[in-house]
Amino acid sequence: MKVVLQNLTKIFPSRSKKPGEEVVAVNDFTFEIPDGQLIGLLGPSGCGKSTTLYMISGLQEPTSGKIFFGDDDVTDLSPENRGVGLVFQNYALYPHMTVKQNILFPLQNLRGADRLTKEEMLERAYEAARLVQIDNLMDRKPSELSGGQQQRVAIARALVKMPRVLLLDEPLSNLDARLRLQTREEIRRIQKETKITTVFVTHDQEEAMSISDMIVVMKLGVVQQIGVPQNVYDDPSNLFVAKFLGTPPINVFEGHVKEGTLYLGGKMETEEVYEETKIPEVAEGEEAIPVTETKTRIVTTYEGGQPVLSVPGVADGPVTIGIRPEGFVVDPEGPMVCNLQNVEVMGRDVSVVSTHEASLNPTIRSIVDADSAIQLGAEHIRYSLKRHKVHLFDAETEERIYFEV
Amino acid sequence: MADYSTTQTPEAIEKKGFRRTLDDWYEKFNKFLIKIKFDKWKGWVYLAPCIILLLIFTGWPILNTLRMAFLEGYDTMLELGGEPFQFGIGNFTKVIQYRGFKDCLVNTMLLCVLTVPISTFLALLISVCLNAIGPLSRTLQTIYFLPYVTNSIAIGMVFAAMFNMVGTAFGGENELIVTAGIINNVIEFFGGTKINWINEGSSYWANIFVMVVYIVWNALPFKILILLGGLQSVNKQYYDAAKIDATPKWRVFTRITVPLLSPMIAYVVITGFIGGFKEYSSIVGIFGDDMGPTGDPRRLNTMVGFNYRFIAEEQGRASAAALILFAIIFVVTMINLYVSKKKTHF
Repeated sequence: MKVVLQNLTKIFPSRSKKPGEEVVAVNDFTFEIPDGQLIGLLGPSGCGKSTTLYMISGLQEPTSGKIFFGDDDVTDLSPENRGVGLVFQNYALYPHMTVKQNILFPLQNLRGADRLTKEEMLERAYEAARLVQIDNLMDRKPSELSGGQQQRVAIARALVKMPRVLLLDEPLSNLDARLRLQTREEIRRIQKETKITTVFVTHDQEEAMSISDMIVVMKLGVVQQIGVPQNVYDDPSNLFVAKFLGTPPINVFEGHVKEGTLYLGGKMETEEVYEETKIPEVAEGEEAIPVTETKTRIVTTYEGGQPVLSVPGVADGPVTIGIRPEGFVVDPEGPMVCNLQNVEVMGRDVSVVSTHEASLNPTIRSIVDADSAIQLGAEHIRYSLKRHKVHLFDAETEERIYFEV
Repeated sequence: MADYSTTQTPEAIEKKGFRRTLDDWYEKFNKFLIKIKFDKWKGWVYLAPCIILLLIFTGWPILNTLRMAFLEGYDTMLELGGEPFQFGIGNFTKVIQYRGFKDCLVNTMLLCVLTVPISTFLALLISVCLNAIGPLSRTLQTIYFLPYVTNSIAIGMVFAAMFNMVGTAFGGENELIVTAGIINNVIEFFGGTKINWINEGSSYWANIFVMVVYIVWNALPFKILILLGGLQSVNKQYYDAAKIDATPKWRVFTRITVPLLSPMIAYVVITGFIGGFKEYSSIVGIFGDDMGPTGDPRRLNTMVGFNYRFIAEEQGRASAAALILFAIIFVVTMINLYVSKKKTHF
């Protein structure tokens, strides 16, 4: 079942009912989720990802826009008629029912032609339980289960009625690190086995990238980029996406482009004295005498800096530069000179912490090959850069500036 | 360095002397406290005012009730006159043999069994509805809470007026009673024949019906308060989950709301039964001190009313009757607790 979101918008009215104070949680979201795919909605808290999920579930009504399941318009359908399965962030298992009763509950709600016999219901419940490997816990109460087990019960409860779409709201946020890793593989496996179109919400980029077929990066209700995780990582459409994806995060520098060459830094702020002439407002009949004032302003110019890369075809001007940690190559002849601060050996790789005056972060973190010849204790380290790991962004709009790799 | 001690005024030196005596006293007091191991006892010392009052006004009366109940034919006046009493269970047998005892027991049980389930169920429905509506719920909560803060005798008199026969049995032709008999007026308006609810010649079941209506109405606010509080603490996500799972409304109520509220429901039922067994003032409110309609006094007498008859003259029997009532309440509460432990969750 493909899910189509068409210009989906959600505006929460302000509490004081004053205009202009309403919150636009989701702004004009258009996307077609292909059948049988696992989609990760990714963004920092408050970006509208959960609101989007709740609108797909029907628990929240969109302010405008349409939602289609396949070819059915479900925009005005109430949640019970949409046939979705929803796993809540804190699972919302009914505390007074056993695992079995919890899983059976959605089936017992079916009426009319869809109603199953008792045996069929039990069979379906056990089938769902086996899928998430909790069929040995069927007579326990939720309070007697661990967080991971509760999470599986919640998934089984969502799956048992064979939903058209499965929705997961931050499914892993209540689990500890080890369990999280294990459960996300589990979710991937279950989704692959059932082939149910699945949307899940997370603020953890690693989680989203590792299991999604496609990710949607959102910020303040606006979709920033949609794509296959690796593509979004390799080819971010703006600085926000570049910064949001990747651990360790991307290193950001200020710099400028001059005659096809990328310079790190070189930003100069000079005070300029200028004269401003004003004609004062006077009463009618009087003659206005222009007044000249001497003022100062700060002018930013780009001059010099460290030339690091040739970027033919990019217009001259200031840019923000993002370099992935793996984009650095230790090279004694390299163009980029950094102050070496610390070297962390992590076995396979070496993580080098250094500083650079043009860096917008306090430190630069690069991940280089363990074989690299790093002079420990040296004052400087020199890098050459991998072209495809360097991204340029407009200094003002933060939009991506493309150049030939 | 200047020697500041020489610059002090005589008053200051005197104060210092006074201060020194205080300090000495304080030190002595501290030593005394350590000697008597005050640390060990201080909890009890702090509790003492409360405990002493409780012992005087609750502990002693309970013990004295026990004592009086087991002394044959006990009477405070006679005891003050120096008359000795024998130990025995005569008070209990006498109380049970009283003509009115069985009727009182039946009346009390009947009122309990009828009112507690009805009021609990209604309170549950009302609190669920109150919880579901948005804008008016605050106002309605206040209205539903009114009976709780109204004097039950006053409510009883209003109910007595509402259930009266108009102009016939109650009041002469010259008496103009406008608000009286409003229930019968309504019945007649819809073409029914008026019913003698509480006046002379009324039937027992009509009396009981009025009592049930009155007690239920009076018991609602407290129950609504408790249940509404419980409802508001239920995680809304259970209802979202139920909605996603296409759960019919009635099933949400029976399978989710009621189980999640079960601890509060158990509490309300248990306190309801305890209160029901102590029913007295509500009957006085409607039927007056006679505890029954004119011509048939004591028809609606309850266990507490039964007790009150003895208090003035035969304290021994009153004590025995009180202990019997206590035993009944105790047993019923135990049954309630046993059932609720099996039925409630968490």
